[in-house]
Amino acid sequence: MNSYAQKRGFLATLWDYLTTVDHKKIAILYLVAGGFFFVLGGIEALLIRVQLAVPNNDFMSADMFNQVMTMHGTTMIFLAAMPLLFALMNAVLPLQIGARDVAFPFINALGFWLFLFGGIFLNLSWFLGGAPDAGWTSYASLSLASEGKRIDFYTLGLQISGFGTLMAGINFIVTIINMRTTGMTYMRMPMFTWTTFVACSLILFAFPPLTISIFFLIFDRLFGAQFFNVDMGGNTIIWEHLFWIFGHPEVYILVLPAFGIFSEVISTFSRKRLFGYASMVFATVLIGFLGFMVWAHHMFTTGLGPIANAIFAVATMAIAVPTGIKIFNWLLTMWGGSIKLTTPMLYAVAFIPSFVIGGVTGIMNAASVADYQYHDTYFVVGHFHYVILGGVVFAVLAGLHFYWPKMFGTMLNETLGKITFWLFLIGFHLTFFVQHFLGLMGMPRRTFTFLEGQGLETGNYISSIGSVLMAVASVILVINIIITSVKNKKVGNDPWGDGRTLEWSISSPPPYYNFKQLPLVRSIDAYWHEKMEGRKEMPPAEPLGDIHMPNPSFIPFMISFGLFIAAFGAMYRPDYSWGLPVLIGGLVITFGSMLVRSLKDDLGTYIKKEELDDDKGVKA
Amino acid sequence: MVKEEIQTNNGVNVQYRRKRNKREMRHQLISFLLMIFLTLVAFFVVGYGDFSVWFVIPFILILASVQVGFQLYYFMHMSNKGHEAPALFIYSAVLVAFVTILAFITIIWI
Repeated sequence: MNSYAQKRGFLATLWDYLTTVDHKKIAILYLVAGGFFFVLGGIEALLIRVQLAVPNNDFMSADMFNQVMTMHGTTMIFLAAMPLLFALMNAVLPLQIGARDVAFPFINALGFWLFLFGGIFLNLSWFLGGAPDAGWTSYASLSLASEGKRIDFYTLGLQISGFGTLMAGINFIVTIINMRTTGMTYMRMPMFTWTTFVACSLILFAFPPLTISIFFLIFDRLFGAQFFNVDMGGNTIIWEHLFWIFGHPEVYILVLPAFGIFSEVISTFSRKRLFGYASMVFATVLIGFLGFMVWAHHMFTTGLGPIANAIFAVATMAIAVPTGIKIFNWLLTMWGGSIKLTTPMLYAVAFIPSFVIGGVTGIMNAASVADYQYHDTYFVVGHFHYVILGGVVFAVLAGLHFYWPKMFGTMLNETLGKITFWLFLIGFHLTFFVQHFLGLMGMPRRTFTFLEGQGLETGNYISSIGSVLMAVASVILVINIIITSVKNKKVGNDPWGDGRTLEWSISSPPPYYNFKQLPLVRSIDAYWHEKMEGRKEMPPAEPLGDIHMPNPSFIPFMISFGLFIAAFGAMYRPDYSWGLPVLIGGLVITFGSMLVRSLKDDLGTYIKKEELDDDKGVKA
Repeated sequence: MVKEEIQTNNGVNVQYRRKRNKREMRHQLISFLLMIFLTLVAFFVVGYGDFSVWFVIPFILILASVQVGFQLYYFMHMSNKGHEAPALFIYSAVLVAFVTILAFITIIWI
C-alpha cells in the first residue's frame, strides 16, 4: 500500500533516488555527493601537504601543483561545503518549520542534479587533458593565458552547478516565507531556519554576479569575446570585482548556516533557551547586509586608491560587531546551563575559540595598510582555513552527528565520534596555526616548493603532520558510519533526549509526508514548550485529512544531463566540427525536457485519510 | 442601514469591495495617463528640445524610475497587504545593484 514500506531491489532503489522529489531523500543525495567531493578535495589537500612537507620536493611538478591546489579550493567550496550544508538544510529545515516538503520539490531535485553534473564535469578535467590551474578565483589574466581546455572545465562546470545552487537557494526562501505551520511566526523560527533564510537570500543576490562573470569568461575563451582582454580594450579587473561581489557573500553563505547549526547544538545540549534570540536574528541579518559592502577587501593591493581601501577596510571591520554579538550569545547560552558534552557539543565548544582566531586574523587582514604585508602569503591561507574549517567544517561534522538520527534513524557511535573530534581538532590546529607564522616569514601563497635554509622547513613539516591527523579522523568517521549502518539499531523520536524544535517531535526518520497533522506552534522552541507543559507530542493545527504529495519525476535528471552534454559541445566546438551539433543536441534535451514538464499535467497524488489511520506513523 | 448592507460571498462585504475596486480603477487610470504623459515628455526631451546630454540622461533616468514605481505600486499591487517580502527583496536587490554600479563607475572605469 505505502510504497515506502516495501522491500525493494537495488535497481528499484536506484530509480527511486534518480526520480525522487522528497526533501529527505534529496538531503541524502546531497550528503553522499558532497561527502564524495569532500574526500576528493581532502585527497588533493593531502597531495599539497606531501609536496610541501620538505624543501625542494619533486613529488609533483609546478604545473601539477597548480592543478591540485586549484581543484582543492574549487572542490571544497563549491562541491563539498555548499552541498553538505544543503544536505542538512534539506534534511531538517522543512521539519523545523512544520512543513510537509519544500515549496518546489521538483526544483529541489533539479538543483541537486545540476550541482552533481556540474561537479562531475569539473572533475572529468583530470582525465581530459588536465584540471583548471588558475586558482579557485580564476583571475582573468591567469585564466585567459591558460592553454588547452583546463579553464573551460572550470567555467562550464561551475556555471551548471551554480544554476543548481541558485535554484536551491530560491526554493528555501520561498519555503520559509510560505510554508511555515500555524503559529510559526518569523520570531519563533529556530535559529538554523533563520540563518538558512539569510544565507539563501545571499545566494539569490550573490550568484547572479558569478553567473555573469563566468559567462564573460566563457565568451572570452570559447566565442571570441574580449571582456577581459586588455589588448582589445577589455578590463581584467572587472573579473576580480564581479568574482568577489559573489565571493565575499559566499563566505557568509557558508558560515551563516554553520552559525545556525551551532546555535541549535549549543542550546540543545546546554538545555537552555538560546540567549538573546532577537539579537541573534538581528546579527544574522546585519552580517548578511554588510557582507555585500566589503568585497574589495580581497583586492586592497590591486590599486583601488586610498579612499576606496579605507571605506572597504572600515566596512569589513564593522562585521566584527554582529559576529561578536553572536559569540557572546553562545557563551551566555552555555553559562549556567546544564551542559552535556556530546560529540556535536564538543564541535560547538571547539568552534568558538577556533572561529575567534579566524575572526581576529580577519580583522588584521582588513586593516588595508597591513594587508600589503599579508597579501598572497600563507597568513591569508591560515586565516581562511581557520574560518572555513573552524566554522563550516566543524558545523557540518557537528550537524552530521546531531542530525544523523533524524536522517537515518540510527545513532552514530559516541566514542568513535569523540575520537574523530579530538584527532580532527588537534590536526586542524597543527596544520593551520603554524601557517600564520609561515606567512609572516614570507612564504607566498600557492607556491609549489621552497628552498632549504629559509626557516620554512619546521613549520611546513608540522603543517603536513597535522593534515595526516585530519585524514585519519575522516577515516574513523567513515568507519563509524559503516559500523552504525551495519548495526542499524533504530532510535525513537528524540534520541538526544533534549530536542527543542519541531523535528524532534516526529519519528526518526520521519514518514515521507513528515506530519500526519501539521503541528500548532505556541512558543519559540515549540517542542520543548510542550514538553515543559507535560505533553509528549505537538498539538495539531488541522483535522486529519487527505495529504497532497508531489509525484516523483525523472525530468530534473534529464534537464541537467542535457546541459552536461551541451557543455562538452561548447567546449570542443572551436576545435572539432562535431562540437556544434553536440552543443545544440544537449540544449534540445534540456529545453525538450522543460517543454515536457510544462505541457504534461502533473497534479500529484493524495494520501487518503484511511491510509494515514492504518499507518503507525506519528500523530501531529 | 448598516444591517442592510449585503453580506454574502463568504462574509465579504460586496459593497465595500465594489467601492475599493472603483477607487483602484481610478488610480490605475490616472497612473496610466501619467505614464503616457511621462513617456511623451521623455521623447520630447530627447527628440525636439535643445538640451545638453548632461541634463537629458539623468532626466530620463528619473522619469524611468518614476514609471517603475507606478508599474509596481499601481499595476502590480505592491502596496497591497501581503507583499512585504517581495518588496523587501526588491529593495535589497536595488541596493546591491546600486552599490555594484557605483563601484564600477567610480573605482574601475575612472
